Amino acid sequence: MSGASNSNTALAIEHVAHAFGTRAVLSNISLSITRGESVALLGANGTGKTTLVRLAAGLIRPDQGDVHVAGTPAQAGRPDVGIAFQDARLMPWRSVARNVSLPLEIAGEDRRAAHTAAIAALARMQAEHLADRAPADLSGGERQRVALARALVRNPALVLLDEPFAALDALTRTRFDEQLPELVGGAAILFVTHDIGEALLVADRVLVLAPGGGISLEVAGLRGTPQGERRAVLMSPAGAARQAQLYDALRTAASVAHHA
Amino acid sequence: MRSGGRISPLLFGAALLLVWELAVRLSGAPVFLLPAPSVVALRFAQAWSDGTMLRHLLPTVGEILAGGLLGGALGLALGMLLGLSGAARRIASPYLVAAQSTPILALGPLLVLWFGPGAAAKIAICTLITLFPMAIATLIAVRDTDRGLLELSRAMGGTRWQTLVTFRLPAARSGIFVGARIAATLAVVGAIVGEWLGGSAGLGVLVNLARGSLFDTPLLFAALIQIALLGVAAYGSVVVAERLSSRLIK
Repeated sequence: MSGASNSNTALAIEHVAHAFGTRAVLSNISLSITRGESVALLGANGTGKTTLVRLAAGLIRPDQGDVHVAGTPAQAGRPDVGIAFQDARLMPWRSVARNVSLPLEIAGEDRRAAHTAAIAALARMQAEHLADRAPADLSGGERQRVALARALVRNPALVLLDEPFAALDALTRTRFDEQLPELVGGAAILFVTHDIGEALLVADRVLVLAPGGGISLEVAGLRGTPQGERRAVLMSPAGAARQAQLYDALRTAASVAHHA
Repeated sequence: MRSGGRISPLLFGAALLLVWELAVRLSGAPVFLLPAPSVVALRFAQAWSDGTMLRHLLPTVGEILAGGLLGGALGLALGMLLGLSGAARRIASPYLVAAQSTPILALGPLLVLWFGPGAAAKIAICTLITLFPMAIATLIAVRDTDRGLLELSRAMGGTRWQTLVTFRLPAARSGIFVGARIAATLAVVGAIVGEWLGGSAGLGVLVNLARGSLFDTPLLFAALIQIALLGVAAYGSVVVAERLSSRLIK
């Protein structure tokens, strides 16, 4: 069934190929994410993970194939899509609250209403107390919390997260990984990461992207497990087996990429 | 003074003036060659009290304001156009560099020929001398906006106008004001040199009068001090504008 025609599909990527100049990054990849589902993408450098996120965000158009969000072609600036990058990309001249309210201001919403929504989004991220601070005064973890609040301020149905916690220290990152499914709420998630444990903690499904853009392995994630038990399951023999499976697939993909 | 040996700027200035005063008094240097600071201070006060200084200050301030604001605005607009459009940049950049390399002050006689000895020629010099640093600073600041911020604007659905006013210009603000600081001091230079080339009033004219027909070296020093104060005021007003602009974009 076409993702474009399925009303339950949050994101449908169908037979997509994309190249930068002569370098093919993705070739004939298909994946779909249903509403409310969280999918993590693992892959070595250069396998096209970030390209997929940018395609889903409508920031670039595929050379071939289709990308649909909620049944309509992907397009930059949709109110039902939120995005956060590895670097928080906060504007240093704006307060935290005004960084978070920016997507609403761009959409033409009244400034007061945008501010109220920004405070609500910050509260959801447990970061309401940062509202009046300047981005320069925030820690790395606080900056990413604010970037996530900005991605969620329009209550998107699909959230695209491109290695949002990669620059954080291990402890902060672990806390984010454990809390993310609850913080994002009911939105569907496309989560790009290099970290196997992180992928399993935040996702319902973990996909390994092979060089050239195919999906080489799919493993069930732990998002459905209650928040307090996820880490224990990850460390259990069953969790370790899943990690080993993903590690082997990644290593194979990396060696293929190396010899390509 | 602290034990660390740090001397306050005011104390340092006072010490310099004292050395100057003592050197003139002890050496017996003639007043037309090097007047003592006390003599210059008295002449400065006198020039203000008899209206001489104000009469020459106002035209210069007018030329700096008109030429500086016009040159600043044109430079900002040109810099933004060239910063945003790669095609415009490729066409205009060689000419901008050539124009910047031409000493604007050397064009003074030509501008006086075209605009006459009145204020227009001085304003034209101020405009040209401020236009280029503003244009080049703006061009670089706008062109080099963080790609990540531009991508963020696109992801949020920002229009070209929204991207310019919400992302590019605030990000470029510091760079643009570097150009404005340079332009502010150059505007003073432009006005003074323009007045040297001809005219009946202005601090440049006062310098010429004091040196030439009046043989009044203390007045010459007083005029130079007034020009320096004007330069500080022009620079300071840009600093204030920069602070105000930071409040505006918050």
